[in-house]
Amino acid sequence: MKRIYFDHSATTAVDADVAKLMLEYMTEKFGNPSSIHSFGREVRKAVDEARGHVADLIGANANEIFFTSGGTEADNIALKGVAFANRKKGNHIITTAIEHHAILHTCEYLEKQGFSITYLPVDENARVRIEDVRNAITDKTILISVMFANNEVGTLQPIKEIGEIAKEKGIYFHTDAVQAVGSYPINVKELNIDLLTLSGHKFHGPKGIGALYARRGVRLEAQQQGGGQERSIRPGTENVPGIIGLGKAAEIAKRDLEKKIAHISALRDKLMAGIQAKIPDIKLNGHPTLRMPGNVNFSFRFVEGESLLLNLDLKGIAASSGSACTSGSLDPSHVLLAMGLTHEVAHGSLRISLGRGNTEEEIDYCLTVLPEIIERLRSMSPLSNSSTMAENNPCSHCHKH
Amino acid sequence: MYTEKVMDHFTNPRNVGEIKEASGVGEVGNAKCGDIMRIYLQVEDNIIKDVKFKTFGCGAAIATSSMVTELVKGKNLEEALQISNQAVAEALGGLPPAKMHCSNLAADALHEAIKDYMNKKEGK
Repeated sequence: MKRIYFDHSATTAVDADVAKLMLEYMTEKFGNPSSIHSFGREVRKAVDEARGHVADLIGANANEIFFTSGGTEADNIALKGVAFANRKKGNHIITTAIEHHAILHTCEYLEKQGFSITYLPVDENARVRIEDVRNAITDKTILISVMFANNEVGTLQPIKEIGEIAKEKGIYFHTDAVQAVGSYPINVKELNIDLLTLSGHKFHGPKGIGALYARRGVRLEAQQQGGGQERSIRPGTENVPGIIGLGKAAEIAKRDLEKKIAHISALRDKLMAGIQAKIPDIKLNGHPTLRMPGNVNFSFRFVEGESLLLNLDLKGIAASSGSACTSGSLDPSHVLLAMGLTHEVAHGSLRISLGRGNTEEEIDYCLTVLPEIIERLRSMSPLSNSSTMAENNPCSHCHKH
Repeated sequence: MYTEKVMDHFTNPRNVGEIKEASGVGEVGNAKCGDIMRIYLQVEDNIIKDVKFKTFGCGAAIATSSMVTELVKGKNLEEALQISNQAVAEALGGLPPAKMHCSNLAADALHEAIKDYMNKKEGK
């Protein structure tokens, strides 16, 4: 059976050119970049070039890029690093209710360390309201951290507006842009971003490598101590193959960005329109237009997400869901709940995240298979009756149709 | 993560549907948790002649519902009341630990349906 990969927000395949280059930096060019001899020097040069490619992708300077083990570590350094280095200025941090756990759990840790965190709510499309950001700022606020695009529903946040507010108030602005870098145009200077998190494996680079952009002059405290690499912000012998791979992936992403966005968003629009035309009783999750080019997220009423994923998998389609079973807890996704979805509607969510390798044939196949699966699951569901639904959900924040 | 037996019952669930004018109906779970199981019984002379189910839930919820209907068909009510959630999970070759609590409720739905039947009978 042909397998179709529709889960690019989870991870992507390493580009063949990236993998080839990485192998070279494991076998032939294996030197330690800190070594003074030729083995070290050739690798140092390549690491610096990679840093330049990553910087180019987001409009930063090379000396503002710090390599990390991935998005989670970059988020940790950004939040804790700014918090602990700027403690004398204040102890208040603003973030949102829909961040990735790398942000939310780090914020919870900071709360235990005496910091005060405001978790901004979002509207029904998962977008932060600018006035909420403005109103949350106090004279103790030292950092605002708002994700660039949400990983589950794809909604793009008003980054430029938040950047302007932060600049005006002299507060550091961090964005977790793991979902957007390499798939959406970003220029940190134009957007007034002080710190930005990115991850290699989301745009055809390897896993285990990411980077933190920190604008020159941002006061950061290192979260680990060691040999001085990455200007002591992230000491430890460099993950050279990872860095080289990330650099190559960034170079390719920049070169192909426009083409990739055009291809993926055309497929997304076709898939969204097809689902809306073929399947009744659904709800689009996320913003109708201000969303990532590859993100499709619907809730199918009366259907539970894990059953849906298993059925799709049996047909060769790999996707994901925000249901409790797939979130690894008893509650469905915190993002969907923050948007005001009822538990039951959140349980029935399906995320399809498209990538550069997907084709129109794959979309057509999905549009044949998905309606059949939904119909079958609904025929088995005791909820396929609107009166039962209402009875089970005396919930005040039910979404509007 | 699921056994072959679970996947078999998930992909080809037995006894899906409703029984019109059922002798007893039992429902457990709620939409908030993501699992609702409803079991319909047709009881004649203390024997479960027919059983059907409708389930909203994950793979384990659907598979356990299907399995409990298979285990109980043709049994008398006393035997049916002996069937536990644990026994249903064992008959499926086990469930992932995380599913044992949230989605392994099919025997409870069965017992509710039997209780409903008993109540109706006593009411007569």
